[in-house]
Amino acid sequence: MGEKAATLGRVVTTVLEYQDVHVTAADGTELLHGIDLTVPDGRLTVLAGASGSGKSTLLRLANRLEVPSTGRVLVRGQDVSELDPLVLRRRVGMVFQRPTPFAGSVRENLRVAEPTADEAALGDTLARVGLDPDMLDRVADDLSGGEAQRMCLARTLLTGPQLVLMDEVTSSLDPPARREIEGLAQDLVADGLTVVWVTHDLAQAERIADDTVVLVDGRCASADERTRFLADRSEEDGER
Amino acid sequence: MSTTAIGWGGLVASLTLVAVAVALSGWQRLHLTRTILWSSARAAAQLLAVGVALALVLDPDASLVWSWLWVVAMVAFAGITVRNRAREAPGIFGLAVLSMATVVTVSLGVIFGLGIFPVEGRTIIPMAGMMIGNSMTSCVLVARRIVGELSDKRDEVEARLALGQAWPVASRPYVRAALRTALIPQIESTKSVGLVFLPGAMTGLILAGVDARDAVVVQLAIMYLVLGSVATSVTVIGLGLTRRLFTPDHRLRPLDRASQ
Repeated sequence: MGEKAATLGRVVTTVLEYQDVHVTAADGTELLHGIDLTVPDGRLTVLAGASGSGKSTLLRLANRLEVPSTGRVLVRGQDVSELDPLVLRRRVGMVFQRPTPFAGSVRENLRVAEPTADEAALGDTLARVGLDPDMLDRVADDLSGGEAQRMCLARTLLTGPQLVLMDEVTSSLDPPARREIEGLAQDLVADGLTVVWVTHDLAQAERIADDTVVLVDGRCASADERTRFLADRSEEDGER
Repeated sequence: MSTTAIGWGGLVASLTLVAVAVALSGWQRLHLTRTILWSSARAAAQLLAVGVALALVLDPDASLVWSWLWVVAMVAFAGITVRNRAREAPGIFGLAVLSMATVVTVSLGVIFGLGIFPVEGRTIIPMAGMMIGNSMTSCVLVARRIVGELSDKRDEVEARLALGQAWPVASRPYVRAALRTALIPQIESTKSVGLVFLPGAMTGLILAGVDARDAVVVQLAIMYLVLGSVATSVTVIGLGLTRRLFTPDHRLRPLDRASQ
């Protein structure tokens, strides 16, 4: 679309845009109520919100694992409904909440994403996510949670995405593994990729976000709601 | 050949074993007495009605059209049965009917095309019945397994879709597992036949006074046909159902496992 927006004093391009997006579930419940949102290129944007606020649904619209009831979702100015979903999904990669290793070795997992990748490319991609390139022969199901999630990220990176969607990717990991994945997401942004990161963890959002969007009950929060959400979460964090 | 007709007296005598089942249920307080009695009575009523109808259809003077209509009815009832037992599988009735029709066409085509049996009412109906009966069980199993596998492994399937795999590729490992699960019981049954159990058709022929070697040959032909029929029906259901579980734009539809 080529729309330019000025953010923090520098000119950035919009990579992902939601225009009056509504999503209604099969049972008639409306999950998203008219979302208007732009995600700038080359930054780490966090979608924060409580459980059930619609942040994962919003994320899954970007690679057409969900489709809007009404409204449009644009990736680099192109309506995703007009794109071949298989091509779109290689441009807009996604890592899921729980690690999803497939049966077989790490090599076989990576080759699901890129069947023609040579050994050097596979090793380089593992190294990029902080894994030992020599672990290609390990059985994917034997990896620790943190290793498996990093392998899943490597698998996604092999498709050459411009935008990476990360849906609560650290929620099943221990704190050290969580920090490692957060660091990797920031490294991807430093390498020029765009990351959209979903979390309900406010402290995490504060640690990693370039921009934060708060969702409340399927809507982008107003200034008041955002303040209230941040205050509520801070209280909850303080009580833990 | 000597024939074995047990007569009404023999049938009544066989009820002794139903009495044993009722007695065991009462002794162990299983609360199954009414169910056992009802099942036994229902089986008698159903089979007697079928026997009367079959006698009319299989009459040597009756037209073969009646036999083929009987097969059509069996296909329809099989479709209803599969739908009732695998309600979580969308559109399963149509698929089951298609699957059974394919099985009947292929198996009876082989049986009559190759001259294994003559084209008569007494061969059309029992052969179609055996193919449909065995296929029906496997169809229920594969339909439930496919919905179950794709539901349980939704995260993995969506991860594959998110990597740009088309739905037939993304679903293949899980559908393959379901097909194997549905086919293995039939393969195991084929392997163990004669060693562990004597199959029904062969037992029936021997009881009817047919030479055991002739009965074995008939049974072998039937078993091979049943194996082929089950493989055919399971594949038709597997491919057709999987297509229905995905949208044309490669998304996995919401799946309902509540009834499992």
